[in-house]
Amino acid sequence: MLVEDIMTRDVETVSPSTNICDALAIMEERRIRHLPVLAGGALVGIVSEGDLKEAQSLVIRDCREGAERRTPVEVVMRRRVFTAHPLDPIEEAALVMYRRRIGCLPVVSGGELVGIVTQTDLIRSLVELMGVNRSSSRLEVQVPDRPGMLAQIAELIRKHGVNISSVLTLPAEEAGEKKLVFRLQTIDLRRIAGDIREAGYRITWPPTLDETR
Amino acid sequence: MKHRAAFVYSPAYAAYSFGTEHPFNARRLELTVDLLQSMGLLYPSDVEEPRPATPEQLELKHSKQYVATVEASSRTGRPVPGAAEYGLGTEDNPVFPGMHEAASLIVGGTLTAAELVASGRYTHALSIGGGLHHAGADTASGFCIYNDIAVAIEHLKRSYGVRVAYIDTDAHHGDGVQWLFYSDPEVLTVSVHETGRYLFPGTGYVEERGAGAGYGYSVNVPLEAFTEDDSFIEALEKVLPPVLEDFRPDIIVSQHGCDGHRLDPLTDLCLSIRSYALVPRLIHELAHALCDGRWVAVGGGGYNIWSVVPRAWAYLWASMAERSVPEVIPHNWSAKWAPRSPVPLPQRVTDEGFPPVRRRREIEEKNRITVARVLGGLVRRRQG
Ligand SMILES: [Zn+2]
Ligand SMILES: [Zn+2]
Repeated sequence: MLVEDIMTRDVETVSPSTNICDALAIMEERRIRHLPVLAGGALVGIVSEGDLKEAQSLVIRDCREGAERRTPVEVVMRRRVFTAHPLDPIEEAALVMYRRRIGCLPVVSGGELVGIVTQTDLIRSLVELMGVNRSSSRLEVQVPDRPGMLAQIAELIRKHGVNISSVLTLPAEEAGEKKLVFRLQTIDLRRIAGDIREAGYRITWPPTLDETR
Repeated sequence: MKHRAAFVYSPAYAAYSFGTEHPFNARRLELTVDLLQSMGLLYPSDVEEPRPATPEQLELKHSKQYVATVEASSRTGRPVPGAAEYGLGTEDNPVFPGMHEAASLIVGGTLTAAELVASGRYTHALSIGGGLHHAGADTASGFCIYNDIAVAIEHLKRSYGVRVAYIDTDAHHGDGVQWLFYSDPEVLTVSVHETGRYLFPGTGYVEERGAGAGYGYSVNVPLEAFTEDDSFIEALEKVLPPVLEDFRPDIIVSQHGCDGHRLDPLTDLCLSIRSYALVPRLIHELAHALCDGRWVAVGGGGYNIWSVVPRAWAYLWASMAERSVPEVIPHNWSAKWAPRSPVPLPQRVTDEGFPPVRRRREIEEKNRITVARVLGGLVRRRQG
């Protein structure tokens, strides 16, 4: 699974000159904990709920009613921002967040902010992740969302004597359908894929030579 | 004599065959050799006969029990009890009578090539039947029974005390060779491949950098599915020179699987013959710049045996022998094979150029980020 599959695309942002009180208000209103800071379309920093807590004295001074709002976000924001790419696997994003002890990664592509991925997004997708512990290939099959489908596909795989390393199910884009994602212990999926297609199911990975290229 | 190159080959390689329905088709070697001959690129004096590897040589990198299991299954042509635990008798790696002998000859070919170069008889040697990079110490995997590359590298280390740089540009991760030298600082393994996120074997991530004393001596460049020539070549040109210069090898061993070609049915890379002409040229230059030209090359994956393998490997051998590949495929080759080919045979050695893939820009961008992470790790090793 890729960062682009789980990221939030509609990102709330602020500018370096946004007052910290306004930033805090946006976080509270949108129930978010991070705001990327953009200047002229470029990502120049990030400010989190935690950063504002650390700058509590400034917040208290600035945000009282009638007080002069003197502190812009650029005073408290972090300028060293770790980012992700839309095509990063989510486990990589998780690793960066874990190692750097940070709660989110802005997603940047072509120099532009295209999304944000947070710990919450990762935890949600964790259940969909599968490990690779034996040499194996990925097979994705789209099936109707009803009982017995996994057994049917597994039976077609069994006929080839191929061991299944792991399997998970994902919701499909189409209503009433779901995706079965297997790691199969074979280098060549063509015969199994052929049998599954012949049985009337759609293979969403691997593509055939004519597809997607 | 500076560029003397040996072509290690025997028609007996055809015995390494899992049957006509199996994707690993031994006929690809025959097609390749025939194309080289009809192009005037291969002379009888280039060819050296392989000697079969002995069980003792196989056991340089394989367990005794595994070799015994292959031998026993090979005698009857059926998997002996317990063979499945070694990955034998599956659709990928079916057992056939004589498989031990056939696989031993392939290993012997790579050992012969290594010996020819290390002894100084030749500057370069190509073991066209070799390249079985997935086999492990006690596992058959991905059509590979014995790991000819790992056995030959271990032989080079023990008999000549050399530092070996291994370069693998097959579309699949060179997992077998990597794991067999994972904690060895005398053997650098570099694999450039389609990411294991989807493709077999599922490994070869940037963070697999080696273990213990071997930390920093495994280098992986996992490229996106649908990667095309420009991005593939850019990655190779950015990674190989600094990584190899840093390591200072005494000899280079390279694997030349050509299954990343757009017309290969088993992978999702979208390369053309242009990439397969560049890879040997780049490695050839590095060999002369870094280790007096000492270079052993092996074949590898390649499952479009009609349109891709003979052309890709014509460039490999031509580069090693310093001969130039004619643009047009000789008519006698096409006439001979067309009746047996299920697809139209190519008329030129280069590809016409394929339409661009849909997400080219993002794929190139992502591959650049991957390359930067690979190189970042190299810098850290230097500092450490
Ligand atoms: Zn040379
Ligand atoms: Zn391969």
